[in-house]
Amino acid sequence: MYAQLVKTAGTGVKTREEMSDEERNFQDRVDRDEKIEPKDWMPDDYRATLIRQIGQHAHSEIVGQLPEGNWITRAPTLERKAILLAKVQDEAGHGLYLYCAAETLGVSRDELTEELLSGRMKYSSIFNYPTLNWADIGAVGWLVDGAAIMNQVPLQRTSYGPYSRAMIRICKEESFHQRQGYDIMMKMAEGSEAQRRMAQDALNRFWYPSLMMFGPSDKDSVHSAQSLAWKIKIDTNDELRQRFVDQTVPQAKYLGLTIPDENLKWNEERGAHDFSEPDWAEFFNVIKGKGPCNVERMEARVNAWEDGAWVRDGLLAHGRKKSAARTAAE
Amino acid sequence: MADQKALFEFLLRMGDNSLILGHRVSEWCGLSPVLEEDIALANTALDLIGQTQFWLGLAGEVEGKARSADDLAFLRDAWDFRNVLLVELPNGDFGQTLMRQFLYDAWSSIMLGRLMTSSDARVAEIAAKASKEVAYHVERSGDTVVGLGDGTEESHKRMQAALDYLWPYVGEMFDGDEVDAAMVAAGIAPDPAGLREEYDAFVGKVLNQATLTVPTDVFHHKGGRTGYMHTEHLGHLLTSMQWLQRAYPGATW
Ligand SMILES: [Fe+2]
Ligand SMILES: [Fe+2]
Repeated sequence: MYAQLVKTAGTGVKTREEMSDEERNFQDRVDRDEKIEPKDWMPDDYRATLIRQIGQHAHSEIVGQLPEGNWITRAPTLERKAILLAKVQDEAGHGLYLYCAAETLGVSRDELTEELLSGRMKYSSIFNYPTLNWADIGAVGWLVDGAAIMNQVPLQRTSYGPYSRAMIRICKEESFHQRQGYDIMMKMAEGSEAQRRMAQDALNRFWYPSLMMFGPSDKDSVHSAQSLAWKIKIDTNDELRQRFVDQTVPQAKYLGLTIPDENLKWNEERGAHDFSEPDWAEFFNVIKGKGPCNVERMEARVNAWEDGAWVRDGLLAHGRKKSAARTAAE
Repeated sequence: MADQKALFEFLLRMGDNSLILGHRVSEWCGLSPVLEEDIALANTALDLIGQTQFWLGLAGEVEGKARSADDLAFLRDAWDFRNVLLVELPNGDFGQTLMRQFLYDAWSSIMLGRLMTSSDARVAEIAAKASKEVAYHVERSGDTVVGLGDGTEESHKRMQAALDYLWPYVGEMFDGDEVDAAMVAAGIAPDPAGLREEYDAFVGKVLNQATLTVPTDVFHHKGGRTGYMHTEHLGHLLTSMQWLQRAYPGATW
């Protein structure tokens, strides 16, 4: 999940009696699964929450280029290099769709970028973990894109039209990414002893951070209830995490890899796997900037933005000269 | 039949140009000045790596020693690379990267155009496919060079500096030797010197639009396409590019 701990604006779910006419009408439309479009009336808190959520998702796509970019220059074959380049290009494209979706809510890409670079807005905690061996690129596709899909498939039905449409486009590509990631893992798992070691090492390091992607348990959260009622959240964090574990366990087994959790076992009664919670203290540390790569990730983004200022200014100035020349010619 | 050794050399030159430039461009991943450029640069790198697979794949076939495109890319040392020096130069700032791209794209689009009528059908086929991609690259890099050259005072200054730095590496693309003579004789590829006039006219026009001044010094560096003397930069590039293949010989990825 690329949007974690998104604080829902407002005071919680209102009863029908507490709602204004506009609010009631809005909620009815959401309940009927009608899509809310940019020009429609919407509660301020709905708009504010969506901006946070879509913005955080967009930032995650952008920062998410970095851990994978870390291996583009070291990809082991031309084909792997091409696949990874295509994936990272897709992720940048996802960022673009999402910034466009956020723009329909009245916030510009530059404003959101400022929020990210100043640290006021976050991106997914997962991208603060390093990619240390080539199997990490497999693990990222398999687990990280896998977890993202888990969250984003239901969000295709989200109430906000532009967000829903962005999700539909994105999900198609994410499932490619996951398959390609798993394919790398297969090659590694079938490979030499060193390669199997890389694969297991990658799984060891990425397992719990992947579980953290869904955010802490939100069963008691009032905020979460409001987001669910507005259908900008479709499932709870725990439901998504469970689904992810249940899907991933057999895949790991097929690879002959061991998920680093001694408590992991099938629970006949629940019809689901029991598993250990990730270390939530670590999660909150990462969110607060104390993850293994937070400093590097932010530094990379800030430098890219600052070093690129002259380029953006130059192209803008040229654009203005051109349109001035056009006007003069008319 | 054409001299297979010469053909192999020629194909290495084509493949190594796109491999090394594609690698350089891929170093920009996630670090561009604006999201659209991240996407465009990744796309350019992707096309160049795709072209590499064709050129080096054919090179391996022609050589006849069962070397794959990957073997050629990842298991040769610097002295066996046949790319021009221009493409192995470091990225520098975004302006330098785009100027290098434009200077290369302009050559590449003309070269591929000629290769489409190659007497070797395999060469003609790769050129036809690649030329579509490169037509787009040169349009884009040309537009960016114009936009930044004729942008602000600072962007102009940076683009002129990039041009001044890169220009002495342009001439190598038009050098010829006995490999080229063999290609010309077999009707496989044109004489590199024969591309110069069209190149100068096209590049001159774009750089003029960009309000940039083409250096008048005709001196140029050489040693890349013959492999006689690469820059110090190539070894470092290969060090990261070839790391996994070298550290874990024989593994399947
Ligand atoms: Fe994505
Ligand atoms: Fe993805």
